[in-house]
Amino acid sequence: MQVYLDNNATTMVDPCVTEAMIPFFSEIYGNPNSLHRFGTASHPAITKAINQVYKAIGASDKDDIVFTSCATEANNWVLQSVWIDKILHGEKNHIVTTEIEHPSVLSTCKFLEDMGVKVTYLPVNDQGIVEAHTVRAFITEKTALVSIMWANNETGMIFPIQEIGEICREKGVLFHTDGVQAVGKIPVNMEEVHVDFMSMSAHKFHGPKGIGALYIKNSQKLTPMLHGGDQMGGRRSGTLNVPYIVGMGLALEIATTNIEEKMAAIRAKRDRLEDALLGSLSDVFTVGNRNNRTPNTILISIRGVEGEGMLWDLNTALIGASTGSACASEDLEANSVMLAIGADNELAHTGIRLSLSRFTTDEEIDYVIERFESAVKRLRAISSSYAIVQPTAGGAAGECHIHH
Amino acid sequence: MAKNDLLGGSLWDQYSNKVTTLMNNPNNQGEITQEECNAAGHTLIVADFGAESCGDAVRLYWEVDPSNDTIVQSKFKSFGCGTAIASSDMMAQLCIGKTVQQAVKITNIDVEMSLRDDPKIPAVPPQKMHCSVMAYDVIKKAAGLYLGVDAASFEDEIIVCECARVSLGTLREVIKLNDLKTIEQITDYTKAGGFCKSCIKPGGHEAREYYLVDILADVRREMDVEKMQASADAGSKGDFESMTLVQKIKAIDAAIDESVRQFLIMDGGNVEIIDVKDSPDYIDIYIRYLGSCNGCASSSTGTLYAIEATLKEKLSSKIRVLPI
Repeated sequence: MQVYLDNNATTMVDPCVTEAMIPFFSEIYGNPNSLHRFGTASHPAITKAINQVYKAIGASDKDDIVFTSCATEANNWVLQSVWIDKILHGEKNHIVTTEIEHPSVLSTCKFLEDMGVKVTYLPVNDQGIVEAHTVRAFITEKTALVSIMWANNETGMIFPIQEIGEICREKGVLFHTDGVQAVGKIPVNMEEVHVDFMSMSAHKFHGPKGIGALYIKNSQKLTPMLHGGDQMGGRRSGTLNVPYIVGMGLALEIATTNIEEKMAAIRAKRDRLEDALLGSLSDVFTVGNRNNRTPNTILISIRGVEGEGMLWDLNTALIGASTGSACASEDLEANSVMLAIGADNELAHTGIRLSLSRFTTDEEIDYVIERFESAVKRLRAISSSYAIVQPTAGGAAGECHIHH
Repeated sequence: MAKNDLLGGSLWDQYSNKVTTLMNNPNNQGEITQEECNAAGHTLIVADFGAESCGDAVRLYWEVDPSNDTIVQSKFKSFGCGTAIASSDMMAQLCIGKTVQQAVKITNIDVEMSLRDDPKIPAVPPQKMHCSVMAYDVIKKAAGLYLGVDAASFEDEIIVCECARVSLGTLREVIKLNDLKTIEQITDYTKAGGFCKSCIKPGGHEAREYYLVDILADVRREMDVEKMQASADAGSKGDFESMTLVQKIKAIDAAIDESVRQFLIMDGGNVEIIDVKDSPDYIDIYIRYLGSCNGCASSSTGTLYAIEATLKEKLSSKIRVLPI
């Protein structure tokens, strides 16, 4: 058996979605901007996909949802264009975000800092979320934008988007949320929150990679990042990626139809896995109250077992998971989310993320529980953290000298 | 950055088969107890290096025969990633059968070389080289405990890059000898800074005492001073070609003052030096005529020839004088 538990990284494309996309490669391949029948043949399918996405997130007809190549593009677009519109060509000079955003937000903010923008990176609490009152405290008259994720990729923790949205509305500050880990996983309804911009990505909800979208409230101004042939009403040029738009629309419709039921089914498996691991293993803990997490995510710390080593043993058992361990990254940099939570210094090296999907089965959960436990047993048998014979006098290690 | 770097995420593919095998089944994993050692009349040494909160920790056990200082048994425990476990295992293996004095000479490079499948192909990707350094550090610590000396005493030079074991002395020498100007060049020449990158500048994976950026800046500064001193010395000895630019201009002015300027002034003219440009074959001196010399027919023939001949004779045969 092989089990994929890395669905916060990407998901399998739902076979129904693949099937719906296929005609738009070699049968209905015209450019939607062309006047001839080959071009217009794709219009009904695109219109349907647009309607599916609007409905799924409760967008109004006055809002825009612009398809992009990915959520990284959507995040870059909002940050860079708000900089152009409100800072370069306006009176503002400040952006508020958090320490644990996705790199497409954090790196863009670093870039904007190099361009002279002031950026505040809000800390998170021990639950790994930003509290709304913290956001309020850091908004100034010069703040152009608040950019805060809806749910975190590493922990699954859900942020108080409704409260933060109200604060931004009250303060007259633009509010962007990276909704990548929320859309398709938990109810996201733009009628119920005040959000100016929201980024989404299809491959996180069983759609294809290479397509995302940006929600823009009330079709408000946002200077385009990609200039060209005026597709998407001039907001985002580039020939429409018809099969992928069709795929994203259907994938989101499937994910959000009866979402409460789907969530409950995933949550039951997730909770069973989490309870089993917490119950059978000593010296382990999970991050964040599970009732305030996306229903598919577990971030578990296993004392004495380094994350990359654990990932290695899981991989040997044909289980795909993820770690924020510094050793598993190309640059040896510890994971920013792990460090920001600050609950335990060791967490940065012992955290394993397991993320389920609606395709995860009970048999797979049983298999993972068994193999996870045997991997922990093997690695703890090797681990110096569980060694019995103590160092010779003078042989204990000094302080940690590794830079975080 | 080029074609081969476009696709990331192949970290594990770069591990040698030996690394993979030892990670899956380490041979020397385990503990040695005091009881075992007592029974054989041997000495037990247990040394730690690193800490769980650092992300890397290793405990090394030696059973030493005190009659000949030989390590008869060596085991380890490790909190670490795959390469840390594999290199700890190889490190323990390399200790077995050696005397403590021999074991202390085992370096992280020896450990890494022993983990290679093919002697020409590294056992681990560059950023993982760091894992084998800890194996080396813990051996020094164990040897220090056994011999009753400070572990630092085994290191007779300052190691700047631990992954590639490059010393401060070597770095300074290589920068000077090869006139290196960038960190990339240092890495190309010495491999220092090519692995975990901690030693390049502050803020990396591990805090270091010396950083390549500072060493490079210091050595370059020293080289500049030395160069200037050499030029100044050469200049004071009259070696025109080795002089600094300022010295050259002064020497040219002096030579013109001595032999040429008085004649130009008598004719109501003068000359000023605009620039001096060195090339391997020539020293080009750019001049500008002033007063009546400017536009005088002789200024591009006889006068020019006289100035050039004088400077060639007095200063260097490589001189060319170019009026602008």
